[in-house]
Amino acid sequence: MSNCCKQPALGIDRRTALKGLATGVAALALPASNASASVWEAFFQKHFRELSKDELKQVLARLTKEYSQEFGKEVSVKATPAIEGVTYGYGLDLSRCIGCRRCVYGCVAENNQSRDPQIHWIRVLQLEQEKGTALEYAEHYYNPQTVPEEGHFYMPVQCQQCSNPPCTKVCPVQATWPEKDGIVVVDYNWCIGCRYCMAACPYGARHFNWGKANVPADELNPDTHYLGNRPRPIGVVEKCTFCIQRTREQPGRYPACEEICPVGARKFGNLNDPESEMRYLIENKRVFILKEELNTQPKFFYFYAT
Amino acid sequence: MKRNRRLTALLGSGLLAVLLLVLSGPVQAAKEKYFDRSGRLIVEEKPAADLLRPYQAGNREPEKTFPVPAPPFSEGIYPCSDCHGEMETNPQRRELEDMHTDIVLNHAEGQRWCLDCHNPDDRDVLRLVSGETIPFDQSYRLCGQCHGDKFRDWKVGIHGKRTGYWNGDKQYLLCAHCHNPHDPAFKAMKPLPPPVRPGEARH
Repeated sequence: MSNCCKQPALGIDRRTALKGLATGVAALALPASNASASVWEAFFQKHFRELSKDELKQVLARLTKEYSQEFGKEVSVKATPAIEGVTYGYGLDLSRCIGCRRCVYGCVAENNQSRDPQIHWIRVLQLEQEKGTALEYAEHYYNPQTVPEEGHFYMPVQCQQCSNPPCTKVCPVQATWPEKDGIVVVDYNWCIGCRYCMAACPYGARHFNWGKANVPADELNPDTHYLGNRPRPIGVVEKCTFCIQRTREQPGRYPACEEICPVGARKFGNLNDPESEMRYLIENKRVFILKEELNTQPKFFYFYAT
Repeated sequence: MKRNRRLTALLGSGLLAVLLLVLSGPVQAAKEKYFDRSGRLIVEEKPAADLLRPYQAGNREPEKTFPVPAPPFSEGIYPCSDCHGEMETNPQRRELEDMHTDIVLNHAEGQRWCLDCHNPDDRDVLRLVSGETIPFDQSYRLCGQCHGDKFRDWKVGIHGKRTGYWNGDKQYLLCAHCHNPHDPAFKAMKPLPPPVRPGEARH
């Protein structure tokens, strides 16, 4: 009898033994009270881009059920893919913005950011007209009786959806990437919370969940996207997604910040469509991009219409 | 002999005319259009008849209309003819005492008065400088008479705001939805609260 064909003494092969071992260890690691099927599934879930159609369907169904139970109302989780031939672009008219922060809170409501600890995806900078866009003089805690204040102008900053994003390159687990339509997204289930991306982003556009996202159930926006505004777990990084849950629909709604702006300073459209307002403003207005010298190639364009 | 010579002259001049016609055709056509280096058409010269025609509003292409929501009338104020239908028109510049006392004209008030925009003969419509009357939901044409640059930007969705879908149906907000036509400058407003400073967080 040769060695190779010898059966193990206990009558189980190596594979079965390993499987049993893994199961045992995992069972130890998971608290028994929570050890439901959904925790198991979440633990072994693949990277978003490696999920097959069926697996994605299961993941979405699982999350839908989880969130609906947690918030006591019907929450939908979708994973609408990019629309073919579309590259999103955003325009912001600095000659119009008055710094009223309506966009900041419109975004919080639409995208289910944590209320406390507080996360804002949009930061409105107050700048001095005499100093121009010199960011070292920027102030974002301004709180006068009324805006705009004499001698100042306002520059909201959010994710610039770079075509050459430094944040995705530093991610050690590839939990963040630019999608085909130009939106930079995060797979919250894959993110390990190392915050390298936050250090890499020159715009301060990424935010960390120090606690589990704290959103009152009655204020939760139930129309959610896997890569966008679904409730975030503790310890992951999040960012603006151009309202992926709205803009990828057919027909696509405008981002929440665009819709709420009381002075019409915000513009949004398809950069590939020569008839879009984005193309018009880039071709006809004075346009600049923030920190151009870093070669991040933003798809967020600041402009002066007047 | 004499006859022959005459015939030759006739033939010659005829040939010349034909030649001129053939030559002049394409030359003239090329004169009417101007292209830049990349081949893009810059100017197309109009035929003389078009240039000589006297200016008439009727010769213009009709202004495009844009889908807009209902104009933002104060409650119960429209139709204006409910009151003004029977009233005599008073074009005098004066302080209004009985009605519309809330309206303070702060919009180049030195150069205009009510009836420069509101039509004296039928108050339910507005009146352009040309005399053409337009309904209130086309008031952008009235504003566009002076604010041509803003009107141009508004039409392509840069000035002001369009609602609806970025890749679908859109509605334009009228100028009057954001600007009070009698006092159009934007009013300062209270900002929403600033973000919590890191030191102030309760965690």
